[in-house]
Amino acid sequence: MNGWSALDRFLRTDPRDVGCAEAMEMLHVYVDVVAAGGGAEERYPGIAAHLRACGPCGEDFEALLAAVRDDAG
Amino acid sequence: MIPVNRVVDEIPARLDPESAEWLRMLAVTGPQQDTALARLHEMLLRIAQRETRRRGPRMLIAGPELEDLAYQAAADALMAITAKLSQFRGESRFTTWAYRFVILEVSAKLGRHFWRRPDVRLEAEEWDRLPGRFGFEPARESEWRDLLAAVRRAVDTELTARQREVFVAIVVNDVPLDALAVRLDSNRNALYKMMFDARRKLRAALAANGYLDDDDSGHS
Repeated sequence: MNGWSALDRFLRTDPRDVGCAEAMEMLHVYVDVVAAGGGAEERYPGIAAHLRACGPCGEDFEALLAAVRDDAG
Repeated sequence: MIPVNRVVDEIPARLDPESAEWLRMLAVTGPQQDTALARLHEMLLRIAQRETRRRGPRMLIAGPELEDLAYQAAADALMAITAKLSQFRGESRFTTWAYRFVILEVSAKLGRHFWRRPDVRLEAEEWDRLPGRFGFEPARESEWRDLLAAVRRAVDTELTARQREVFVAIVVNDVPLDALAVRLDSNRNALYKMMFDARRKLRAALAANGYLDDDDSGHS
């Protein structure tokens, strides 16, 4: 990815984005749906949009998913 | 600790057996509860240690300090979980709900720790680092120089003073969102919303001046 597309992607905002508070409130539910392979993005598009755009929440999501998958594995 | 009957009475019918067992063990005062708490603490600590080791180097934390942070995160998460046990409604597995606490504790503690670094100054504006933040190649500066000058102009003219402060800290100076929230006595959500509005304004200004296209749907 070059600088133009990185800047362009960073500045794009998704109106469905629910913000950090709501995404973190529902993170455990979202992660369980992802871990079960059950279409979390379709069920929770606002959370999916947020996790794509917010670095810290995205990192927390990946961490929680890894912890859950560790248990399952 | 939560009264036994209150938790047990509220165990949702749809709960998976393992989650129901966790609730039952944590609710009953005595050796069973002690065993469950010790096991849960061990699980939380393992996650905290993994996360602090993964994120620590970026925050320039290592060794015993990192280990202390992991222990504190696990202990604080366990306390929060036991205090909020009655709020667990079975929307997820119990362990997923519980793990969320320790991961958020690690994030918050690392954010607070950021300001112990001697090289961090919120007031500095490191605009010369902006090209590198977005991967613009120095060899092709003639192609992006005007764009980044337009970004800087838009930051100065389109954003409120508070939005500018947050944008410069996070994007220009690379201060983590959680660390900035600590310094500004704010929270992740409020700063994200401020950045969300700032990004929208900047994109509109750059599109109006022909630097970016007008489509801001952001859907992918």
